[in-house]
Amino acid sequence: MYTEKVMDIFRKPCNIGEIKDADGVGKIGNPTCGDIMELYIKVGKNKDGEEIIKDIKVKTFGCVAAIATSSILTEMVKGKTLKEARKIGKDDIAKELGGLPPQKLHCSVLAHSALLKAIEDYEKKK
Amino acid sequence: MKIYLDNGATTKVDDEVVKAVTKYFTAEYGNSSSIHQVGRAAKEALENSREIIAKSLNAEPEEIIFTSGGTESNNLAIKGIAFANKEKGNHIIITKVEHDCVLNACRWLETQGFKITYLDVDKEGFIDLEQLKSSINNKTILVSVIHGNNEIGTINDLEAIGKICKENKVLFHTDACQSFTKTEIDVKKQNLDLATINAHKIHGPKGVGALYIKKYTKIIPLFHGGGQEFNKRSGTVNVSGIVGFAKAVELANKADIEKMEKLRDKLINQVLKEISHTMLNGPRKKRLCNNVDISFEFIEGESLLMRLDDQGIEVSTGSACSSKSLEPSHVLLAIGLKHETAHGTLRMTLSKYTTEKEIDKTIKVLKEEVAALRVMSPLVKD
Ligand SMILES: Cc1ncc(COP(=O)(O)O)c(C=O)c1O
Ligand code: FES
Repeated sequence: MYTEKVMDIFRKPCNIGEIKDADGVGKIGNPTCGDIMELYIKVGKNKDGEEIIKDIKVKTFGCVAAIATSSILTEMVKGKTLKEARKIGKDDIAKELGGLPPQKLHCSVLAHSALLKAIEDYEKKK
Repeated sequence: MKIYLDNGATTKVDDEVVKAVTKYFTAEYGNSSSIHQVGRAAKEALENSREIIAKSLNAEPEEIIFTSGGTESNNLAIKGIAFANKEKGNHIIITKVEHDCVLNACRWLETQGFKITYLDVDKEGFIDLEQLKSSINNKTILVSVIHGNNEIGTINDLEAIGKICKENKVLFHTDACQSFTKTEIDVKKQNLDLATINAHKIHGPKGVGALYIKKYTKIIPLFHGGGQEFNKRSGTVNVSGIVGFAKAVELANKADIEKMEKLRDKLINQVLKEISHTMLNGPRKKRLCNNVDISFEFIEGESLLMRLDDQGIEVSTGSACSSKSLEPSHVLLAIGLKHETAHGTLRMTLSKYTTEKEIDKTIKVLKEEVAALRVMSPLVKD
């Protein structure tokens, strides 16, 4: 049902936790099955003065796919500029995982929305 | 070490059953309808098996119809009675916690003009006898109540329900797939008109079941054909499977039940004691001897199931995430669980092969894995 890659990440997810003084927080509930994700970002600047995701942490109450997608997303965007992070599409996360079962695609959408929400939250607060 | 705790889904076939069955594939392979020697041998094995199974329910052999399993028996019972009694009425009473095959057979009957009442259950999964009484009307033809619940282990009081059905002159069916050989079923004492049982939950083969149909009960068959099984279930009879079914029934014994009860209670008690924010679903007493169903707050069942699977522990979950519909189990919702709580529900079902060592290991691994998932949960604050 799940690819080995999904299972490997699920077994050892990274960037798990909260950032107490986060610059942006994205909290989101999954209307499909009732799961919850909270994503925290800390924003810094790179040498060119662009805003980057300096640190990112996530907490997930959900299935194998939800945990794996939230973990891989944090890896995909850590150190990236906000502009680059925003460009990541919904399908890119599932693709990075080597695919997800169709009934589990909504879990990767959840992670994607949480990230966008965290960035939005940061920009609003700025 | 692999620890199989999903015996509510199916069981390992007993070696004795395998031995008994083999003969009817290779030596006595006859068709029980044939009149030559090998056919007669098959017929004899069939009728012996029927007697064994009838006796286990306190029924008569002619009252046992062999089928392909629980799903077929439940469909035959419900649709067969519905269509045989169309002139009398179109109302059927079931519960909200039936197995999908009963629920979906009834939902289909609704499209054919039948009216179905779905009885509520209390927080332990028991029906309310008063609600049952007040739901019966002059159009009611059948009451069907699950005996032992496959998810939360609740054992309904068949005798009390049977009494109400008798007083009101409506037929009474029970789905006893989970309770058969684990809890007493006495069709006479419990006033049952129909009862569904199957083999693969009791260390018998898959694809074999039976329906007890009380003498003189009118029923319309699902299958039409050669008129086997007293004209109620056509099709060449699955003699080998049925021999295996009967063998499994013969092997069932009280000592195994008591052993399972002891281990079940140990698993329940230790998990509730050693892991915080946990809750037992279903009752403490009047519970299937092999059923443990526990909700772990703040975490999701599929994740927990897969982490246990990695450690060789095989269980099942009522979580929305692991169901096709992405809805939590209808049984957990019927007993009033919130979506989030239903999410973290694990079912662990024991068998006669389960050992105390396995239970101890399961408790230890559960503790670790629940803790690991809770670290990831946004519902648990750092
Ligand atoms: C309570 C109950 N009823 C019916 C069934 C269906 O039986 P079968 O798998 O033999 O079709 C099962 C098991 O799957 C069950 O647990
Ligand atoms: S989080 Fe519920 S299905 Fe993935």
